[in-house]
Amino acid sequence: MTSTKEAQMTVTQETMAITTTGRVDDVSAAAYRIRHHALNMGEVQGQGYVGQALGAADMLAAVYADQLRFQAADPEWEGRDRFLLSTGHYAIGHYAALAEAGIVPVEELETYGSDDSRLPMSGMSTYTPGMEISGGSLGHGLTIAVGMALGLRYQGSEARVYNFLSDGELDEGSTWEAAMGAHHHQLGNLTAMVDINALQADGKTDTVLRTEPVTEKWESFGWYTQRVDGNNMADLLLAFDNAAAQAATVGRPSVILCDTKVGRGVPLLEEREKAHFMRIEEHEWQLCREQLTAGYEGKAKR
Amino acid sequence: MSAATALKSTAPKLKTSAMIASFADPGQKTASAPFGHALVKAAQENDNIVGLTADLGKYTDMHIFAQAFPERFFQMGMAEQLLFGAAAGFAETGLVPFASTYSVFAARRAYDFLCLDSAEPNLNVNIVGGLPGLTTGYGPSHQATEDMAIFRGMPNLTIVDPCDSIDIEQAVPQLAASEGPTYLRLLRGNVPTVLDEYGYTFELGKAKVLRGGNDVVFISSGLMTMRALQAAKALAEHNVDVAVVHTPTIKPFDAATVLAEINTDRLAVTLENHSVIGGLFETVASAVVAAGLGKRVVPVALPDQFLDAGALPTLHERYGLSVQKIVAKVLAELG
Repeated sequence: MTSTKEAQMTVTQETMAITTTGRVDDVSAAAYRIRHHALNMGEVQGQGYVGQALGAADMLAAVYADQLRFQAADPEWEGRDRFLLSTGHYAIGHYAALAEAGIVPVEELETYGSDDSRLPMSGMSTYTPGMEISGGSLGHGLTIAVGMALGLRYQGSEARVYNFLSDGELDEGSTWEAAMGAHHHQLGNLTAMVDINALQADGKTDTVLRTEPVTEKWESFGWYTQRVDGNNMADLLLAFDNAAAQAATVGRPSVILCDTKVGRGVPLLEEREKAHFMRIEEHEWQLCREQLTAGYEGKAKR
Repeated sequence: MSAATALKSTAPKLKTSAMIASFADPGQKTASAPFGHALVKAAQENDNIVGLTADLGKYTDMHIFAQAFPERFFQMGMAEQLLFGAAAGFAETGLVPFASTYSVFAARRAYDFLCLDSAEPNLNVNIVGGLPGLTTGYGPSHQATEDMAIFRGMPNLTIVDPCDSIDIEQAVPQLAASEGPTYLRLLRGNVPTVLDEYGYTFELGKAKVLRGGNDVVFISSGLMTMRALQAAKALAEHNVDVAVVHTPTIKPFDAATVLAEINTDRLAVTLENHSVIGGLFETVASAVVAAGLGKRVVPVALPDQFLDAGALPTLHERYGLSVQKIVAKVLAELG
């Protein structure tokens, strides 16, 4: 069993190599654009789950700009890897990623949350191309992912299944039913990615229902477990590479635990009191975009 | 205490364990595990059919399928939320899953996972629920007396309450072929064969008139159609002529056929192996009211309460599902 410690050691050794390839820059640029889209969508609504979208933008970029096999013109392409968003309220970030991937037109993003839009506040497969499942009732995604991974394997498909879940979903017993099921069936074609922002609806995760030690939990369920800074692109990509390297038709399922910061990339929001549903004043949206761009360009220059 | 009384009090009583999920009358013609065999047959013709269960394969006749198609059978463990979520995942990849558990767990425990993962996207996921209504003496933990009440409100879901082995054998391929999610109230083990005597075929979404009659019309589903037919014969001996209409599909409901039969001078009686709340009686009643028929409908159904544990014949008698109780109720209604 590859321990988490070993995985972390490889991170430091190989981070350099990944940085020099330019991959990190490319995917970071995608993450920047995803954040920018999310802010624009948030402004249209005047509110929304912007904090989560900003925090998870690096994870979403790593998936859509680097890992996932898909055809933008044919979202139903049979050979595609499946990306399942459990956390329906993260749809704002997912729509931004779908736009970045070319599956949803960028100009359509401004319809987010409006009547008759294909982009409802909570993500649903029946509304949006590229949206595989209807999330929102938390703790469902990984159970569906297990069936999908079994179904694809049974049909001889090489496609992999990714499930994006939040640390709040670790409260749900069904997540652990699925974690057991994935290990029992040796779903080496399944990768879970958990956004650990340590925040849920009623407050900080450790005051609502303590989920830690998260790493040990997944390891004890038999998963190939890595824990990374989910806002460090080099670390993220390495973790995804590690997961891909050990992916197999029959093998251990893989989980990437990503510690992220709500509002990441916009200091104004990073420092604001953390809330599940973040309130942003009308005059602040432009300031948010300026801070995002300044931060990104500053980093890019370095 | 007299010797006779002492003897009476020590006489053996019927046992729950001997009666679990068996409602066939002694000597009645039965078929063994009709669901399991029907699923095997359907799977021979449709490569996309797969079977799942939550640690109840042997108790839902799914083991027959598992033996025939081990590579197409997936054990989900005692995890009903996973069972239903995974079934949706299978369907998302183009397969046609049949997922079995007990009705109580399907309806009460994992509802959300059927509703949002399969019903909302209208996936071809087929849920097979064992021990529907009062078909076990194990008490409220196992008696799904309100499963149809729970499920009827779920958009897109088709609900089938079969009478016998014929219904089950013919329903399975039609459920597999129909779009959207379905819920089958399973009768398992040695299941009576009844409807072959009535020139009957199962058609999804259709009610069928099994016999005509001038005085009373029974509208029934599930195993209560068997009792309705038996009660009709018994009532003939009282010179009461009874028609029987079998409505195995509870949703979508064949209101046209049923209302045509109800809109007469005959006494109308619904019979169901389910709570009087939210099942066949209320389905019929709402159709009657919506059509503006000023017609009284008499329910034969389980009471709105948690039922006793015990032997099935004892309980069916106690709660009014036995032929004897049906006959008595009809005669009382006719005065």
